[in-house]
Order: sequence, then C-alpha cells, then structure tokens
Amino acid sequence: MPKDGGIGASTKRREDVRFLTGKGRYTDDINIRGQLHAHFIRSQVAHGTIRKIDTRDAEAMPGVVKVFTSADFAGVGGIPTGWQVTSRDGSVMLEPKHPVLAEGKVRHVGDPIAVVVAETLDQARDAAEAVEIDIDELPAVMDMKAAVQGGPLVHDEIGSNLCYDWGFVEENRAAVDEAFKKAAHVTTLDLVNNRLIANPMEPRVAVGDYEDHSGQHTLYTTSQNPHVIRLLMGAFVLSIPEHKLRVVAPDVGGGFGSKIYHYAEEAFVTKAAQILKRPVKWTSSRSEAFISDAQGRDHQTRIQLALDADNNFMALRCETYANMGAYLSTFAPCIPTWLHGTLLAGNYKTPLVYTNVKAVFTNTVPVDAYRGAGRPEATFQLERVIDKAARELGVSPVELRRKNFIKPDQYPYQTPVAVVYDTGNYDATLDKLLELSDYAGFEARAAESKARGKLRGFGLAHYIEACGIAPSNLVGQLGARAGLYESATVRVNATGSITVFTGSHSHGQGHETTFAQVISDMIGIDASQVEIVHGDTSNTPMGMGTYGSRSLAVGGSAMVKATNKIINKAKKIAAHLMEASEADIELKDGKFTVAGTDKEKTWVDITLAAYVPHNYPLESIEPGLEETAFYDPSNFTYPAGAYGCELEVDPETGKVEILAFTAADDFGNVVNPMIVEGQVHGGLAQGIGQAMLEHCVFDENGQLLSGSFMDYAMPRADDVPFYSVDHSCATPCTHNPLGVKGCGEAGAIGSPPAVVNAVLDALHRGGFTNVTHIDMPVSPSRVWQAMHG
Amino acid sequence: MHNFDFVKPSTIADAAQALSHEGAQALSGGQTLIPTMKQRLAAPATLVSLTAIPEMQGVCLGDGGLHIGAATPHAVVAREAKAHYPALAALAGGIGDPAVRNRGTIGGSLANNDPAACYPSAVLASGATVVTNTRKIAADDYFQGLFSTALHDGEIITSIVFPIPEKAAYVKFDQPASRFALTGVFVAKYAGGVRVAVTGASQDGVFRWKDAEAALSADFSPAAIKGLAMESGTMIHDLHGTQAYRANLVKVLTGRAVAAALA
Repeated sequence: MPKDGGIGASTKRREDVRFLTGKGRYTDDINIRGQLHAHFIRSQVAHGTIRKIDTRDAEAMPGVVKVFTSADFAGVGGIPTGWQVTSRDGSVMLEPKHPVLAEGKVRHVGDPIAVVVAETLDQARDAAEAVEIDIDELPAVMDMKAAVQGGPLVHDEIGSNLCYDWGFVEENRAAVDEAFKKAAHVTTLDLVNNRLIANPMEPRVAVGDYEDHSGQHTLYTTSQNPHVIRLLMGAFVLSIPEHKLRVVAPDVGGGFGSKIYHYAEEAFVTKAAQILKRPVKWTSSRSEAFISDAQGRDHQTRIQLALDADNNFMALRCETYANMGAYLSTFAPCIPTWLHGTLLAGNYKTPLVYTNVKAVFTNTVPVDAYRGAGRPEATFQLERVIDKAARELGVSPVELRRKNFIKPDQYPYQTPVAVVYDTGNYDATLDKLLELSDYAGFEARAAESKARGKLRGFGLAHYIEACGIAPSNLVGQLGARAGLYESATVRVNATGSITVFTGSHSHGQGHETTFAQVISDMIGIDASQVEIVHGDTSNTPMGMGTYGSRSLAVGGSAMVKATNKIINKAKKIAAHLMEASEADIELKDGKFTVAGTDKEKTWVDITLAAYVPHNYPLESIEPGLEETAFYDPSNFTYPAGAYGCELEVDPETGKVEILAFTAADDFGNVVNPMIVEGQVHGGLAQGIGQAMLEHCVFDENGQLLSGSFMDYAMPRADDVPFYSVDHSCATPCTHNPLGVKGCGEAGAIGSPPAVVNAVLDALHRGGFTNVTHIDMPVSPSRVWQAMHG
Repeated sequence: MHNFDFVKPSTIADAAQALSHEGAQALSGGQTLIPTMKQRLAAPATLVSLTAIPEMQGVCLGDGGLHIGAATPHAVVAREAKAHYPALAALAGGIGDPAVRNRGTIGGSLANNDPAACYPSAVLASGATVVTNTRKIAADDYFQGLFSTALHDGEIITSIVFPIPEKAAYVKFDQPASRFALTGVFVAKYAGGVRVAVTGASQDGVFRWKDAEAALSADFSPAAIKGLAMESGTMIHDLHGTQAYRANLVKVLTGRAVAAALA
C-alpha cells in the first residue's frame, strides 16, 4: 500500500481547489496600473509584398498611443530557432529571418504587420481599421512538393523553399535499399499526417512591464518554459541581460506544445513597454490563435516495410515531407528529424531503418511540436504499414507484431536509429491489452453488429515514445542550441516545511501535487508540508520547462537529487546532535535514528538546528538547509504500450462510433495513478480528435478554411468512449532515481493508428477489401467515399 | 464590436417604426448577429430587439395549426410544442446547445435562413405560413436561397403557423465541428400527401425533394424511396462532405426519417 500522500497514492490534485473555485491566476488576470492594450493587425493574404503602411489617421484616433510597424523594431533581432539540422550533404539548414513584425513581405495569413497600442482594447481595434495597408498579393505556395519543385519562394533571400534534406541513418541508406531488393514481401503506404491546431483552452496572453529607474523588464506570458523565453528573447531578440529580465508564467490553461515557443507577441509587449514606459497587454482572441499559434504535424509520407519469407521485418524506409510553415518556430526543425527518425524502430527488432525528411517552407502558419511531436507521426506510419502488411500477407496483425517485438531479455537494446532502449516488455502490454479488451470475444460482438447492419472493427497499435530528451552533450551534437537538463532548489524552512523551486512548469500536469508526493515520501513528512513553486524566473533556478513528457523524469529527478543532498546534510546534523557516526543515521517517517540504539531526533529538531545553530558543527558544515541540483539524464526514457480501439462503422453514412478504447501502458513507476490516468484520458481524446475530427485546412490561396470551431472539429465528451486504462505492466526506467518514464503524450501517440486500423478492419469485414488506407481525419464523408466513392 | 444604439419596443408597430430608420437591424436571440458584430463583420447603428413584444412569444393551437410566436426561443418550442407536434419539438430540442436554445428564436432562424439551419426544413416540410407584420407568406414562397428570404427590408416575422401532420420526423446528420446539419431531412405526412424538406445539403438552401414526396405519398415506407436517386450537382461541397456524399445523406436520412415517423 502506498503511503497516504506519498509515491503511488492517488492523491487528489491540490491545484484543482483554486482552478475549480475560480481562484486560478492566469496571465489575462494580470492587470497593471496604467496598462495599455495592443491589437495586432495581421495579414489577410498568405503571401504579398508590403507597399505601404500609413498609420497617421489611426494615430490621431481617440486613445491611441502609438502604432508600431517593423520600422520601430529595426534594431531588434529576429525570433530565433532553437535547433539546427544538418542536411544529407553536410550543409546546415536554411534559416530565414523571422522578424517580430513583417518586414517587406507577409508570408502567411496571420503574419503580424502592425500593432495599435491604445488606452483600451476597443480603441485599439477601432484605430486598426484606420491603418492603411497596401499589399501586392503574390501567388501562395501551399503544396510541399510543388514548393520544392520551383514554386514561388516564401523567403526570396534564401533562394529555396527546402529548409533541409535530412537522412537518417545516412550510412544505412544503401544497406536498406539492398534489403528491399532481397525482400520476400514489400508493403508500401502513402499517407498524410494531418495538420492540427493545438487549441489550449486558454489562448496566449502577454503583458510587458518596464521599470525605467532600474531598467528592469518583466514579461508575464502563457508559457510552458519561462526560462527558455527569457534566454531566447533576452539574448537573441531584445538584447536584455537575464538579471534585468524577469519572465513569469503563472497559471497556464494548457499548452500541448503550442506554448513552448518564443512568439513575436512576447517580444513586442516587452519592447513596447520599454518604448512607451507603460505596461502593454495583448490577449489573443480565439480567431487569432487559429492563425498565430504554432500548429502541429502536417507530414506527407511514403513508408515501406520489407519482410522476409518468415515475416520478419528486414528493413523500413520512409520518405517524408514535413511542413515548416512560413517561418521556423522555436523547435520546428527537430520535430520531423530527431523526434521522428529515432522512433522508427518502434517496438520492433527491424535491423535496418532509413528515413529521409525534407522540411519545406510554405505560406502557412508555422508548425512545431504538438503533444507527441514527431513520435505520433512515426508511430502512425509504422503501425499503419504493419497492419497493411499483415493484411497483404494474410496473417494476424497481433501475431505479426508479436513475432517482431524486441523481447524482454534483449535490453538494453541498441536500435538501428541511434537510441538505446533501457527496458520494456511489449509482449506483456500486448497481452494485457488483449485481455482487457476481450479480444477473444470480438468475433461474437462483430457478428452482433453485423446483424444490426453495422460494421465492427478492432484496431491495434503498439507505440514507443522517447521522453526526457537528453543528455545535453548528445543533443548539442544533434543541433540543439539549448541544454536539456532540469533544475530544482529544495528550501527546507526552519520549522521543517519545505518549499521546492522547480524549473519544470505545470500547466495541467499536476506537479504541485505529484512533486510534493515525492518529497513527502523521501523524507516522511506530510505532503501538506511541501509547497511546489514554479513559473517565475526571479525565484526558480534556470530550468528548461515542461514538454515532451519530461517533467517527472527530468525535473523530478533534479528534485530528488537536491533532496538527497538535503538528507545527507540533515544526517550530518543529526549525527552531531545524537553524538553518533553519520553512517549509523537512518531517516524514516520523518525521524532520524541511530542504528542499534533508541536515540531519535525528529525532522523538525534537525531543521531547527540548521537555522538556530547553537549546538551545531559550524566548523564542518554551514548553517541552513537549502540545496540546488541540476539533473541531466544519461538517456531518454521509453514509455511503451498497446492500444486497442473497437468501433462500428455505419455503412450507409460512413459515421464511425468508437465503442471501446483500451490502453495498456508501461510508464515505469507511477507516482499518482489517478493523475496518470487523467493524462492518458486527455492524450487519448487528442489522439482520437486527430484520427476522427481535427483538420487544419488551407485553400490554394492560403486562406484558412478551418478558421473557427464552426469548421475545426475539436473532440467533445460524446465523441469519445469511456476508456479502459492500465499501467500495471511496468518496467521501471533504469537510469533515473524514480524509475519513471513519462505519460503525458502516450495517449496522443498510440491512439491515431489504433483508430484508423480499426476503421480499415471494419471495412474489410464489411467486404470493402479494396480500401487500403483512409487519411485522417476518418470523417464520415471520407469513410463513405472510401466505401462507395 | 462597434458601438450601437439599442431599443427594445413592446409593440410590433413600434418595432416596425424603429426598423424604418437607416442602419437599424432587428435583433432576436442574437445567436448569429452578436458573434458577427463581435468580429466586426456587421456594425448596425441601432439594434431593435424583438424579444419584449408579448404577441411574438409562445406556442399555442389556433386556426390552421400550431402558432409559434417568432421570438419564442428554441427551448420553449422544444417544451411547449411537444404535445402538439413532437417532431417539431424534437427538432427545436436538437438545435445547438442549451445556451443557443435558450436565446435563439425561431423567427431569428427563419429570417437568417442559414443553409444548414434546422428550422427551415420543418417550415417547408410542414407547408407552414410565415406571418409578418404586413402579410402571410407560404413556406414555398418564403425561402429564396442561401441567407435569402421573401422578407422586405424592415419586415418583421411575427409568428409561424404549422399545420399539424399525421406523422412526421426530422433526422439530422451533424456537421462534426459546428453540429449544424451537414444534412437534415424533415418528413411530414398529411392527409393530402407527404412533404420532404432537406436542409444543409443544397447550394440553394432548404429544398423539397419532390420525387421522394411522390413516392412516399403513394407508399409511406422507407422502401418506397429505395429506387430514387438524388441528383448531386446542386449539392454543397466543402471540408465536411462532397456533393456525392451529401446526395447520399439526403436519401439515407429520408429513409430514416420515414422509419422514425412510423415508429
């Protein structure tokens, strides 16, 4: 039994008290005396040359303080990119400037051209209508393949729309081609990984403040990683040293990746506040979010699987076009490469893998990481091509996977795509899935559906994820312009309570609860005695923030490391007070004891002694009890799992109804099972959303057709089933102190192929055997078209 | 949103007077107009609210069938029409979400004539009469294409009179994002014959499927339309469905509406 409030307990989320009672403090709740309001004027065309911007009439309007254009940002750097990818020929990627406000050209609908700053938002919006902007529209380049075959240039100065042409593992290319020549069977699949709009519940907000007498800047922003914003914006855009720039990300209402990046609006309000000497606030409207938040996915892929005569996977070959949009968002270049190519071994012992990724500029909103980031794209194509191969070969998709799984005795397992899996047991998660989903009873249920005129299908997908991307020296070699450690300061207060300052950021993950559970467990004090502080660069150590399911595995490990330093020091103090050898001191349930004696000191005895050091070994240890640690992982963590989707297709309308969805995950050790389950539920809803509903669509002129919730379908509660979720098949991570792996993205990674595989299974059972693939979202119209079109 | 003046007359005559001024715009439940104004895509000088006029409210039986005041919210129709015209009540109860149903009105929906709205199909399939402050308009004359109606500038719908059918049903297939009708079919069987009205599908807005009406007037069963084909050339093609798909939905949903009416 887990200790109440300790590791393994389903402690209720403490942060929910404020969220559910309306006491959360989000960026838009921050209003500073004298604050002005910014309204961005954004391009309504996808591509064009700016001929003229006349702000005079607008600046004369009531309440208007200033109308900014790129001329006001002449001395300011572009929005930087945090990752540099090297092409197959050894050249580095093309990296065009991303100005804060458009310079000379607009490159996507939503590209900011000018900003009206006024006393009220309404005044700013009124004045925006008086800003005269003259743009010569240019042909937009929308299709990725056309873009690299002589289409109009998004950035004239770089001479190409091909950002990079990446091969991985390039040395394996010839061997992979050779394996395909020798294969007994080759399965080929062309597919699209549909572009998504992240749509966190809270739109982005930024408030800039400036203190003239001290030169101190403060930016309040909806960020997943305030230190990263401080570094990128301070060092590369505005030239503000860290000690004069405070970035605060208070309560944040969901990010899903879209709030990792440094955005132009953040730099704008920070700079404008300095220029105007008044605070400046910008709050995105939902419509604005659709055309200014970085979007997700958008790959076009041909994937091929080579099998030998015994159905062993021999080689995998993938050719992907990845849409970057009009500018490189902060981590965009690494998503289709290092977070995608390195996952293509999946759960399988495929000996040879080769991926070619062409990253392409188009006149669309920038694309970057979105929940899963590269890993969903890898998993989708792999699990789809395996299902297609099973069908072509007439073998069970379950058994084809099982036959090719890496087996439990093969760890650590060196994949052909650089990464080394530390642990796993894919047979176990598959068995658990088949049991929980009553796979054995499926045929009877399918027959019952058929009697009602419905087509029932079962779809399986297995996934592997790489979380806590690291170590920093490796990612540096791969092109990262940042470290990927995490930090924590553990401050023990004099009367024994603890304040933890973490570089991780919680925006829905529940860190304030789970991190306290870990400390409570380690020291043996009640979790209520532990407070978790995050989100403010002025009081937390330099941290890299929260994304990629890294917080507990990396940030939690930093906290454990700092807490171990605390415990070691506390033991020294206890040894002094009890006149015993440090080696004999034990800490259990908040008490220090001397082994083999009945001597005992409480946790508070020690913490008080540290801060009131009257009887204290001052000659050998400092007073106080506060430690900081930075943790840089030695490897990724590798959560994995088996997902099963059971659904019915209405053959008359193509409508798909998911009847059951089962997830058997291996997350290693679990700190709070309830929160993990919630994370999986959320991930599954997003994955099912991608598979069935969500689709960001531009027309050929670059206008966003899915520009509001009237046309962009977010999953609603009745679109998803009740889930069956299990994480009992745990193989703890071998290289972090908690043995944890990360759970935030799994649901979004494993579910899309399970859904599509299930739709294909239903169609085949219904006699539509010529349907080999349907692109996501598998909308009613597309499913019907596949059957009857 | 731009600034505007707001008036809330309590009689139809005062409303008509207010609407005769330049830049005046009728406001009923505001479920389309207010979001449009918030996006600054409409900027009327004066909004004339129609929701405080007693004779434009409520549901009651009267000459010619069920009378529904034009400013009656969907939720009230869903509740109060149920005993008299259950298919109409069910349609009203399936519009939007609770917020929309408690603000949006039948008159507002008909005046707007969104091609994917539900109400136009009920009005057309029922052969209802749209009553305005100046005249009575037969449903067959009222709908004139996308967002287009027989209403003159400043003319106010005051009520709708629905002849009550022997049997009827409305089946809607949701557009996945908006949950408006990707296609919706209202089938109503009267002593004089069957009327079938389709919303959401056509580039010309709500329309009657006359081939199905003839077939169903002869034999009111799902089987009666099996041999019919819906012409797809005038259907809408968009993100959510092709022309062929919508044509298919018209036929499938018509069959399902007949089955539901018979159930």
